[in-house]
Order: sequence, then structure tokens, then C-alpha cells
Amino acid sequence: MSTQTNSSGESHGSVSSYLVGFVLAVVLTVLSFLVVSTHSLSPMGTLAALSMLALVQVLVHLHYFLHMGGSSEQRWNNICFVFTVAFVTILIVGTVFIMTNTTMNMMSR
Amino acid sequence: MLGRLSLSALPLDVPIVVGTFIGVCIIGIAVLGLITYYGKWGYLWKEWFTTVDHKRLAVMYIVLALVALARGFADAIMMRTQLALAYAGNPGYLPPHHYDQIFSAHGTIMIFFLAMAFMTGLFNFIVPLQIGARDVAFPFLNNLSFWMTAAAFILVNISLFVGEFSQCGWLAYPPLSETQFSPGVGVDYYIWAIQISGVGTLLTGVNFFVTIVKMRAPGMSWMKMPVFTWTAFCSSILIMVSFPVLTVAVALLGLDRYFGMHFFTNDGGGNQMMYLNLIWAWGHPEVYILVIPAFGVFSEVVPAFSGKPLFGYNTMVYATCSIMVLSFLVWAHHFFTMGAGPDVNAFFGIATMVISIPTGVKLFNWLFTMYKGRIRFHACMYWAVGFMVTFTIGGMTGVMMAIPGSDFVLHNSLFLIAHFHNVIIGGVYFGYVCGMNFWAPKVLGFKLNEAWGKRAFWFWLVGFYFAFMPLYVLGFEGMTRRMNHYDNPAWYPWMLVAEVGAVLILLGIACQLTQLYVSIRDCNLPENRDVSGDPWNGRTLEWSTSSPPPVYNFAIVPHVHSIDAFMHDKENGIDTRQAGAQYQAIHMPKNTVAGIAAGLFALIFGFAAVWYIWWLAVVGLVGVIATVIARSANKDVDFYIPAEEVARIENEHTRKLMAQAAE
Repeated sequence: MSTQTNSSGESHGSVSSYLVGFVLAVVLTVLSFLVVSTHSLSPMGTLAALSMLALVQVLVHLHYFLHMGGSSEQRWNNICFVFTVAFVTILIVGTVFIMTNTTMNMMSR
Repeated sequence: MLGRLSLSALPLDVPIVVGTFIGVCIIGIAVLGLITYYGKWGYLWKEWFTTVDHKRLAVMYIVLALVALARGFADAIMMRTQLALAYAGNPGYLPPHHYDQIFSAHGTIMIFFLAMAFMTGLFNFIVPLQIGARDVAFPFLNNLSFWMTAAAFILVNISLFVGEFSQCGWLAYPPLSETQFSPGVGVDYYIWAIQISGVGTLLTGVNFFVTIVKMRAPGMSWMKMPVFTWTAFCSSILIMVSFPVLTVAVALLGLDRYFGMHFFTNDGGGNQMMYLNLIWAWGHPEVYILVIPAFGVFSEVVPAFSGKPLFGYNTMVYATCSIMVLSFLVWAHHFFTMGAGPDVNAFFGIATMVISIPTGVKLFNWLFTMYKGRIRFHACMYWAVGFMVTFTIGGMTGVMMAIPGSDFVLHNSLFLIAHFHNVIIGGVYFGYVCGMNFWAPKVLGFKLNEAWGKRAFWFWLVGFYFAFMPLYVLGFEGMTRRMNHYDNPAWYPWMLVAEVGAVLILLGIACQLTQLYVSIRDCNLPENRDVSGDPWNGRTLEWSTSSPPPVYNFAIVPHVHSIDAFMHDKENGIDTRQAGAQYQAIHMPKNTVAGIAAGLFALIFGFAAVWYIWWLAVVGLVGVIATVIARSANKDVDFYIPAEEVARIENEHTRKLMAQAAE
């Protein structure tokens, strides 16, 4: 009398959507490596390109692997995501704030 | 074949360790022998080790926490004794190499294995019962979390007898913790214990978050949720947000040590200040992860023993949530002296002081709950009132140190040590012990002995003041933490007073153990048995079921009409249990060996990684992954308790209730 425990009916993706996500992720990763290893851009340009590629990479993961979207059963996922972004922002902005300040005062660079 | 492991790793030249080892062996063999003699291995395996029942796991967590308390306290009293002796010409009995391991192990064990395990134990027991659920959302992960925590604790204790433990303090600051300055295995033990227990803690956070979001009984909207569940919820969020930061920080330190990278080294472009930044971005939320559930315990205990609803439920919830958010905005106050300028320090100093506002709100809420209440001074209330006084003092010294200017004087002094023990003992530990006394009848079916509970409280309270108030004075007199030896005559008398305090706390722990022993011995006395399931005239759903609760918790999932759902039902003559209703078969998770197997493989992996036994490390890591995959592929994970069986258990409880009512 065993039944499989199932979640509340959200999409878990298909083989093709996973493949598309995988290929996109690989392409974006390879591009990042190429940008750095070929020195084709100025240092600031490299940083900007890497940041953009990383951002797109995050979006690809969220869409293809975490199946996030605007539908109503995704409400909790989206709330959690907003909180995560908020907390990560606090961490990153705070770290940059502290470390730049410390670096200047301590002349560690 | 065995990496760096050889016979010379056994600390045979340290008589204290050898003595401890012999003692542990004797006790261990005695325990194993008794289990074998009484033929309890099958029972332990089937009913406890492989269980996915949140109530059983809760008990195992709390047993683990008490073992960790014994180990952590042994470290503490050894340090106090060393400092009571090591004055002027006397070097004391602990050489620096050993002493440094002891204070590192003390901090690591007390936070990760006493406090975290105790907290998870309370979550496990109370949260599903309070929200009217039959188990947590992911019962298997719950079991896995426990065994990961247990494996990490075993790894820490192995370091006592094989090799050494970290000598770098409980947070292993680089560059001291880098290979250059700590070439031994101590820091590696630390790294892998933290990483393995971190997996367990993170899964616990996810588990309780989902449980509270998804599995509340019908009618229990957010603002009808019991306060302890609210605090468990906020604590789980903090776990999910902050533990990954710890994992990353310690993993980067591991990369430095294992692969010669330069994240935190002095050379090669490393920056050890980044480690402090990361570790405290976890470390500060961590202390709130611990203390917020303690606040939750008091918010349940004080109303129950004051015979009144909690004063200011809404403000309590808002205060908890704002503490949760604020706790993530203050981490730089742990390193004001690191060299950031006044703008950084002012921001984090002010943010730190702001936390005292919601905390103050909570304190007044408890006081107003007691005001004009019909207070019963049960042992639980002793801990609660002791907490209010002690925690307030600790909070105020915290605000003192939140002022960057005064922190420059007090940083790393014994004043700091006194402050955080003041909030962690006076807040976290008092809270958890209070919770243990409060919910023990629900867990065990009988009350804990109250006289011994009160004795334990008095020894702990007085012992705490004797042990830590001198440390405030010593901090002002300039004594720094982690000192092995000193020759300042002004410090000596205060260290002796602190030693007296440590002995009083030892007596407090002895009273707690006696309390457990006496309670178990007398568990069948009618005045100790909890037949009704509601020994304190409780207010929330966990008191509506029997003590101990049946495996499925609630035969009929209760409907919630207001805050303090059970009290509402009692006052309006509603039978929360709906005894005699048409019972249905109940869907339950099956026991699993996957958790204990994964824990064992994780322990093997950790030990092998510490000693560079690479083939064994591969075995351990592959073992963990394979176990989890095998478990995921297993479809035979649940079963149904037949309706007749449910009816039998429920009618039995109803019959007992009737019999008690007739007396």
C-alpha cells in the first residue's frame, strides 16, 4: 500500500529543458574563461563582461534548474528568492563597505 | 597507505589525555556491555538509530547535547583550574600546547554540539506538535541531519586521543590556522567537524522552514502561530542564510591548507581580514540562531505559569522578526579593532545598539505577562526569572562594547568573555534547560523532579555570577583572553573566585544529572505521571495530545480557532482530540538506515581527510553520495497505520483520561 510522496504539482522540467539549461550554462562558463584567458578586453571591460555573464548564468540556473517563474504556486519560491537576494545584497554590500575601508586604513594593498 | 597517521600521533606523553582515554574506554565498554547484556541492540537500532520520528530524534539530539555539555564543561573547569594555579612562579598543570587545544575545543563543542544540538532537539520535539503536524516535512533529512551532527561530534572527540585539536580558538583565525603556523592535524579536525555538522544544521534549517510554512494545522494563520514556532521559523531562516557563509569561509581555509592556495595567507595576495569578515557574517547571526528559540521557550513558559495569555503577542512576533533581520547587519562589531574607519564602525555600532530595542520589548512583554498573573513558581519559572535578570546584565555589557571607542579597550579582554558567557549561559542555556523542564512530561510521560531542578538552578545561577563577574573586573584590569600564565598579583584573587564559580556550576550540572536519575527512578509514582497530557494547564496544541504522544501525534488533525489554540478549546468546551470520531488510516514515513550509513561514511571521510589517507577519503565521500542516491531511488519509504490501530491507541488514552477524571 505504498504511495509515492509527491510535491504540490509544480513543474519539475523535462529532459529537453534541462539540456537547454545545461548547454547555456556550459556556453556561459566557457565564455567567461575565454574572456579572461585571451585578454581580449581591457581589465575593466573584463570585469564588466564577467559580471554580465555571471548574472545571465544565475538567471539560467533559476529558470532551467530551479524552475522559477511567475505562476501562483511559485509564490513561496519567489518570496524566498527575494529574501535571499536581500540577504546576499546585505552580505556583499557590507563586505565591500568593510573591506574597502579596512584596506585603505591598513594599507593592505 | 595511512597518510600522516602513525603511532606517534597518539598523545601517550600527556598523562591527562591518557587518563581520560582510559576513563572513556572503561565507561564506553561498560555502556556497550550493559546494552549487550540486556539485549537492547535490536531495540536501539529499530526504535532509535534508524527512526525518522521527530520525537525520537529530539531525544537523541538532547542526549548528544548533554554529552557535549560534559565534554565542554570538563574543558572549562580545566581552564579555570589552570588559571587559578598558573600565577607567578607556578606554571600550572597545562602546558600551552595542551591549554590552547582545550580552549579551542571548549568553544567549538559548546556552540556546535551543545547549543546547536540542544536547540535542534527542542525544535524537533515541539514544532510539529505545536503546529498540529504529524512529522516534519522531510523525515529522512531529519535523521540524516542528526547523524551528520553526531559524526562531527565523534570526529572532534577522536581528536582528543588521535593527534591533536586546533590551537587557534573556536573560529580558527588565519594566519595562525594556516599550514605555515599550524602544520599539525588540529585545524583539519576543526575544518571537517565544522563542515560535516554544517551539513546537518543546514538541512535542519531547510526542514523546519518547510515544515512551518507548509504543514500548519488548518486555521493556523501566521498570526495564530505559537511564539516558539515563530522563533523556530526565524531561527531556521537565519540558519539557511548564514550557514552557507560559514561553509564557504571554512572551505576557503581548507583550500589554503590542502592545496596551498592563498585566500587568507600573508603572502601570495591573501587577506586574512576577509576571513574575519566572512566568519562573523555567519558568527553573529549564529548567536541569534541560538538565543531566539530560547526567547521562544520563555514566551511559552511565562504565560503557562502565570495563568495568562502572553502580553503583546503581536509585538513579540515583530520583535522576533526584527531581531532576525538586524542580527544580519551587525557582524563588524566583532572586529572593530581590525582597522576600519569611523564610518564603518559607527554604522555597525549603532546597528548593534538598535538590537537592544526589540530585545527590550520582549523583556517587558514577559514582565507584563507576569504582572497580576497567578504565578506558580515552578522550576521552569526559576530559570525564566533568572534568565531575565542575567540576560539583561549581559545585554547591557553588550551595548557597552557596541560603542567602538570602548570596544578598543575591551576587545579580546576577559570582559568580552564575561559578556558572551553572560548572554549564552544566562540566555541560551537557561532557556534550553527551562524548555527541557517544561516539555519533559510531554516527551517522557512523567515530570522531572522539581526539587532537584531548583537546586540545579540555584547552583547554576550563583555559580554563573561567581565564575563570570570576576572576569568583567579582570577585563577592566587588562587581562586578555586565552592566557596560559600570568604574574599580575591583582588578578590572582579574582581568578580564585572564578574557580569557585566553576565548581558551583559543576555542582549545578551534578544536580541536573541527579534530577534526571531521580525522575526516571520515580517515574511511576502517580504524582509524577502525566496521564492527561496537559500537566501545566498549557495553552498550545502540543498539550492536547497524550504524553508521550502517539507516533502519529494527532489522530485527527486539530482545527485552530485562535492564538493559544488549546486554551481556546478548553475554555469553550471543544474537544481538540475529537475523541471517538471516525478514525482513518494514517500515512507515515518508514524507518531508514540511510541516515546512519551516510553519517558513518561522513565520519570516515572526515577522519581520512584529516590524516591524508586519500583512498579512504574517496571511500567515505563515495559512500555518502551513493547512500543518498540509493535512498532517493527507494520508493518504499512509507506505510499506513490502519484505522483500527489508531482507534485502539486513542480509545486507550480516552479510557485513561476518564479514569483520571473519575478519581
